[in-house]
Amino acid sequence: MTETATAEPTSPAAARRPGGRSWAGFARRYGAAALLVLLLAYNAFFTRNFLSWQTLMDVQLRQAAPVAIVALGMALVIATGGIDLSVGSVMAIAGQVGALTVLGGLPPALAVLLALAVAAACGVFNGTLVVRYGVQPIIATLILFIAGRGIAQLLSGGKLTGFRNPGLQFLGLGRIAGIPMPVVLMLLVAAVLWFVVRYTGYGRTLLATGGNAAAARLAGVRTGRVTMVAYIASAALAGLVGLVVIGITAASDANNVGLGVELDAIAAVAVSGTPLTGGRISVVGTVVGAVMLRLLQNTLIAQGVPREIAQIVTGVVIVVALFLQRRAR
Amino acid sequence: MAQEPLLRCSGMDKSFAGVPALRDVHMSVAPGEVRALIGQNGAGKSTLIKVLTGVYRRDAGQVEFAGNPVDFTSTQDAQRNGLATIYQEVNLVPYRSVAENICIGRARRRFGLIDWKAVNAEARERLAALDVHVDVTRPLVEYPIATQQMTAIARALSFDAKLVIMDEPTSSLAEREVATLLDVIRRLRDEGVAIVFVSHRLDELYAVCDTITVLRDGRTVADSPISELSRYDLVSTMLGRELTESERRGQHVGAAATAAAPTVLEARDLRRAPVLNGSSVTLRRGEVVGLAGLLGSGRSETERALFGADPVTDGEIHRDGEPVRFASPQEAIRARIGFNSEDRKGEGIIPDLSVRENITLALLPRLLRRGIVDRGRQQEIVDRFIRRLDIKLAGPDQKISELSGGNQQKVLLARWLCTDPEVLILDEPTRGIDVGAKQEIQNLVRELADDGLSVLLISSELEELITDCDRVVVLRDGATVAELEGEDISEKSMLHAMAEGTAATGSRQGGDDD
Repeated sequence: MTETATAEPTSPAAARRPGGRSWAGFARRYGAAALLVLLLAYNAFFTRNFLSWQTLMDVQLRQAAPVAIVALGMALVIATGGIDLSVGSVMAIAGQVGALTVLGGLPPALAVLLALAVAAACGVFNGTLVVRYGVQPIIATLILFIAGRGIAQLLSGGKLTGFRNPGLQFLGLGRIAGIPMPVVLMLLVAAVLWFVVRYTGYGRTLLATGGNAAAARLAGVRTGRVTMVAYIASAALAGLVGLVVIGITAASDANNVGLGVELDAIAAVAVSGTPLTGGRISVVGTVVGAVMLRLLQNTLIAQGVPREIAQIVTGVVIVVALFLQRRAR
Repeated sequence: MAQEPLLRCSGMDKSFAGVPALRDVHMSVAPGEVRALIGQNGAGKSTLIKVLTGVYRRDAGQVEFAGNPVDFTSTQDAQRNGLATIYQEVNLVPYRSVAENICIGRARRRFGLIDWKAVNAEARERLAALDVHVDVTRPLVEYPIATQQMTAIARALSFDAKLVIMDEPTSSLAEREVATLLDVIRRLRDEGVAIVFVSHRLDELYAVCDTITVLRDGRTVADSPISELSRYDLVSTMLGRELTESERRGQHVGAAATAAAPTVLEARDLRRAPVLNGSSVTLRRGEVVGLAGLLGSGRSETERALFGADPVTDGEIHRDGEPVRFASPQEAIRARIGFNSEDRKGEGIIPDLSVRENITLALLPRLLRRGIVDRGRQQEIVDRFIRRLDIKLAGPDQKISELSGGNQQKVLLARWLCTDPEVLILDEPTRGIDVGAKQEIQNLVRELADDGLSVLLISSELEELITDCDRVVVLRDGATVAELEGEDISEKSMLHAMAEGTAATGSRQGGDDD
């Protein structure tokens, strides 16, 4: 029966309180944060020197930052109801473009601009497939996931592209006020996105588009453009992370840069309690999710848990997060 | 038809979450009989079909098929036993060939492999029997809907279907294709196949059906040979109107006063086959104009075309006398038009967003300063409209999905009213909401019109049109067939126009069918 009129909630609205008071609601919203606190407490007791600036900033946060930044872009795409599998390949392309540009003797600032422009172009490609041609996001971005790495490898000629350029490497190795650049970038991107989601017109239209595209269109929202911007932002942020990664290693490895990052990013968004159906986004939660998953892996490995087992545990944590989401529906 | 019925069901009950969808429904079809099944949205047609074909379990009732009590557990089960269903949206495999779609699941094999030659030959033969001649090796999706439906019918017949239920098969067909389909139905009938035919186009029903079952509110309200039920009686039975009911007429003598008012929005001869076949509406300032018509008459399609939500292939739209062509709702909004869809859940609310954001969604572009939402103004507007429409909620931050249907509808009205529109298009604004909220919304519409807003209103409730409207435009099969004003607006006149396609003159009674 398709007639839905009777399925409406009919109880007096005033008597109802906004949701999220139940245990499941709490776990869904703060589950990742609670796990993070647990992990921090555990490490504070059992890991030597864990609570030092060095360990927290240079190890834990710096390692989490690349995935966190990619995950923030992913969160935008997921908010539209889509997904972006191409981020890892876009990282590799952008890293390769950046490395080749400085190797060609051009200034690092230009290398950054060029790499970001190429990454953004990848986003335009993804967005066009999704918006103009109605290709399912998972398929549309699978194309660059596969072909993008090929493009990066073509650019590299199949070799590791080593370079030395303090300017370009600053994104990976530099510090501002003692804080490693990847962490600075993560905080900066998160702050900007938080502001965009909370205060700008784009933030409203993003959630409206993902929440109910047909309704948003009838209310005058340019849903196509909103979606396009999300894919471009996701790709550009992936490009930025590509530059961070090659800066740290002083080499662009087209075969390995960003390998598997799309799944880590999706996991970070998922454990933040954001449903993949769109219409919601949690900027802080995504960062917390990425940091928590990284710390979980690091802790398990530091405890001598084999990597394989560590991965399984991570999988279990994601399952639990998704399960809590379902319960909270 | 003195023959023993092929399908007979009686006492059929079915509830969803305690809400009855079918109550003591009965229907029977004999071999070689074509039975029309008709009813409004929510009358229970699709539920009945789904209960009969095993999609849903019935709560109570008996079904006899070919003389035996049956209880199908799935559509496959029903199909194996000779009861096939053809849906409006063809449910076949689009990217496989026509032949595969016809023969899938029971293809001939040789040495364990599918014998493609035999399969293709059989498919060609079966389609030829329906007078369809196409290359059966091409994917189904390459063919028009009509051919896809013929394929579905051929498939049904290949299972030796004794009864074929056709659920609105003609709603997306062109005129010529409809004629072909009706021919096929007649041919099947002559071969002794029983058919249940669901359609909202009365002409089709009268052209091909022998008997008719009318459902209303989940009950069988008419069951007779179709020749004994005039179109007028059919429509009034379906809508639940009795001829004896005291006649109410339009009370807005104000219509004469507004006749001098300038035309703000006009649709001239809008066309998009097969749903729009020349619909025209004129809306003057401060006027409430109703759009009346049966399901599939093109009411919603006309409104959506006026708002730029759906394209038209022909016809003109004028805004304040100027020809316009809205490529998107956004352009219509800029021309100060608002549109509230009938599908509140699907096309109205953004369920996860707060009431605040839902109210200001259409206004958003005007609330921005350098891309940032002016929260002060937003709050002020939201507060004003929550008070103005008396929306009951815990606070503007509450999610809209937590409100009752009536309050959700008020939020959606607020979404448009806060944009300060000159034209408001409302599609079934009072459907599915409680009586109190309904009255409030009706009063509000009247007040707004008195303040100069022009309202185009769709309602399936004739009473509502009579009470609210200065003028009523009646649509039938996608075309405007009558325009009623002031005193001429009555249930009788509207029903007559819906049934016969012509405006009734005051004295003429409906019901004298050919």
